[in-house]
Amino acid sequence: MPQKSLTIALVGNPNSGKTTTFNNITGTRQKVGNWPGVTVEKKEGIVNKYGYNLKIIDLPGTYSLTPFSMEEIITRDFVLEHCPDVVIDIIDASNLERSLYLATQLREIDCKVLFALNMADVAKARGIKINAKKLSELLDLPVVFTVGNKNKGIDELLKKAVELAESDIDTVGKRNVRYNKDVEKSISELCSLLQDRMQGSIPYNLRWTAIKLLENDKIVKERVLQKAGDQGQAILEEILSQRKYLAQRFNDDPEIVMTDERYGFIAGTIKEVVTTSARKRVDISRNIDLVLTNRFLGFPIFIFFIWAMFQLTFSVGAYPMGWLDSGINWLSGSLNTLLPDSLFKDLLLNGIIAGIGSVIVFLPNILILFFFIALFEDTGYMSRAAFLMDRIMHLIGLHGKSFIPMLMGFGCNVPAVMATRTLESEKDRILTILIIPFMSCSAKLPIYIILAGTFFGARAGTVIFCIYLIGGIVAIITGRLFRSVLLRGADAPFVMELPPYRIPMLKSLLIHMWDRGKIFLKKMGGVILVGSVIVWTLSAFPRDIRYSRDYAGEIKKVEASYEARISNANGPEKQELEKRLDAAITKISRVQKSEKVEKSFMGRIGKALAPLFAPIGIDWRGSVALLTGFVAKEIVVSTMGILYLAKEEGSNNLKNALISSNMTPLSALAMMVFVLLYLPCLATVAAIRQETASFKWTIFSITYNTSLAWVVAFCLYHGGKIMGFS
Amino acid sequence: MLLSEMKEGQTGKIVHVGGNSILRRRILEMGILQGTEIYIEKYAPLRDPLEMIVRGCHLSLRVEEAAQITVDGVK
Repeated sequence: MPQKSLTIALVGNPNSGKTTTFNNITGTRQKVGNWPGVTVEKKEGIVNKYGYNLKIIDLPGTYSLTPFSMEEIITRDFVLEHCPDVVIDIIDASNLERSLYLATQLREIDCKVLFALNMADVAKARGIKINAKKLSELLDLPVVFTVGNKNKGIDELLKKAVELAESDIDTVGKRNVRYNKDVEKSISELCSLLQDRMQGSIPYNLRWTAIKLLENDKIVKERVLQKAGDQGQAILEEILSQRKYLAQRFNDDPEIVMTDERYGFIAGTIKEVVTTSARKRVDISRNIDLVLTNRFLGFPIFIFFIWAMFQLTFSVGAYPMGWLDSGINWLSGSLNTLLPDSLFKDLLLNGIIAGIGSVIVFLPNILILFFFIALFEDTGYMSRAAFLMDRIMHLIGLHGKSFIPMLMGFGCNVPAVMATRTLESEKDRILTILIIPFMSCSAKLPIYIILAGTFFGARAGTVIFCIYLIGGIVAIITGRLFRSVLLRGADAPFVMELPPYRIPMLKSLLIHMWDRGKIFLKKMGGVILVGSVIVWTLSAFPRDIRYSRDYAGEIKKVEASYEARISNANGPEKQELEKRLDAAITKISRVQKSEKVEKSFMGRIGKALAPLFAPIGIDWRGSVALLTGFVAKEIVVSTMGILYLAKEEGSNNLKNALISSNMTPLSALAMMVFVLLYLPCLATVAAIRQETASFKWTIFSITYNTSLAWVVAFCLYHGGKIMGFS
Repeated sequence: MLLSEMKEGQTGKIVHVGGNSILRRRILEMGILQGTEIYIEKYAPLRDPLEMIVRGCHLSLRVEEAAQITVDGVK
């Protein structure tokens, strides 16, 4: 017999232990994705229990169902449109009053609600005693005590949820919030008009619809008017006149009056079910905050934590990174000897394995970085970081929480873009994602080191610092510009809870970390695979390059000329000769490689683009190198190595080759600025696409960055020329 | 007196919450209502935002937002 399935939705305030409960119910059998079209995370998991197939949906944490933020709209829409069989409201028992606000709103929607009074142990320790039976009676719904992080009460919760789903109780609660006489009169008048004019076509619960219309809820109003057809006008007029009446009666907006009344109802409920024993308690959390957000110590400690995070990420991460790297080398080495030479082998080794390999080595770093982010979030330190940094970030038009993703950008843009998920407002998220590429990632550093080291000598450090500084300035200007032009509109209020510090659970930290790792592997893997194949195709074709010289012949000739001498010589002389032979061969094959790159499609595109780069002082070799930088910035230096070294005869390293090319300090500077600002690597672009859930923003980001890079480099190059630099 | 003018360690009672309707409703939904008692725990190191205790939970608010809230009985 097929199992019956039930859908159970989890809702609750942020920090109410909702995710912990979800993790406890579903364990690792969970799927993390996005809600369609938005960047809000969607988590679901399936468990088989009590003979049912239970589909658990973790809805975003919200304080209310007023549709202001994406999270609230998603939560409300899910409950309204998908009608889950049961909604479990996870309530922080030590914070009952505020939690009940969301609960009263849920109660007004026509659905089966179950309360999980979570963290009952904390509440008890604080001397708060909750009479669950009374609460259950007063609100007419089942109540279960749970301790999410100790996995207590979870089984009972699920059992009650199944019972509730199977019961045929009347969900239209009689124990709802009763508003005062005038509001109730307006509600019932609007109700009867709606029933009159629309008959059966009202999409939601009648009373709830009337309340929302009185609160001027735009989404509900739109949907009702859609259904109402030509009756819409009459309904609209009634809403307006009722709102006007209430506004006059209470001298305030009806939605404000109703919020007030809900809290009044809650206060009444609290009085009956909660007894607080006035026990003097030591508030550990507050004491920790005396240090961590202290006026003098707060910032140094914050900087230390961030420093430690990066230090550990890169030092500890270096080991597995090395293992992965040698593993990939071993794989490609053994495949090289195993497989016969063919186009397929070239694609597999130089395209797929090299491309995926160059990205997958970052996986350990990304996992460690996300472990720390999860640690900051789960302990409650993340909101303290936002508290400390908000003043500074607000200057760019961002939320304090944007700081950590932006900082991570200096390491690698990919996890940085993914870390924007910690931001609550969609606008903040997009703006942060657009700014992150200006945080110069660690893969760009070798390019600066080569260019600045070659052309600025002792002042290289200062120059590189200035490059980072330019990135920062561009980020600030971009932030302010976009905030006031593109992502305008009501800034989400900062009102943010500073939850008590909690000891994190290892299990949930690992789940968080692995979720991100999975996304990285899956999505990045797909895009990078395609990208690597494209780039390989561009650089490996056409196959039949007509070389200007007979390289193979030349190599043979050199070998032949050395052969006799080597066989005659002995000891150190022989070694010396062998070394010279190697050098001679390397030189010839380098020139060949350079010609191959030059004549490949990639080289032709680079040459075709050269006129675009000429005004900023970059020749065609530079433009090919920059083009390959789209795959990964690490490649830029190696491409430059191939192209510059081959052409400049007599130079044995890239430094000398660059000096003897027509590059000047000024054009080197222009190139560095261009590298700083132009389009990020493929993996970052893939991450941007994934996290903004929009091609439009992805294309916009690429276009904006690249054109800005060109303009800034142009101004710098020509401005410098005018001022007499070279 | 405005909430933003209160000093660390002071308590007060909310008289009125102003500002645009989204901000206002948000603040009210977090339980900062007329008559609610609040305690100013501290200001951030850069003097913005501020941290206060409302109904036993710690909330932070930007100074410009706190400037929309009137309080009295400040001690």
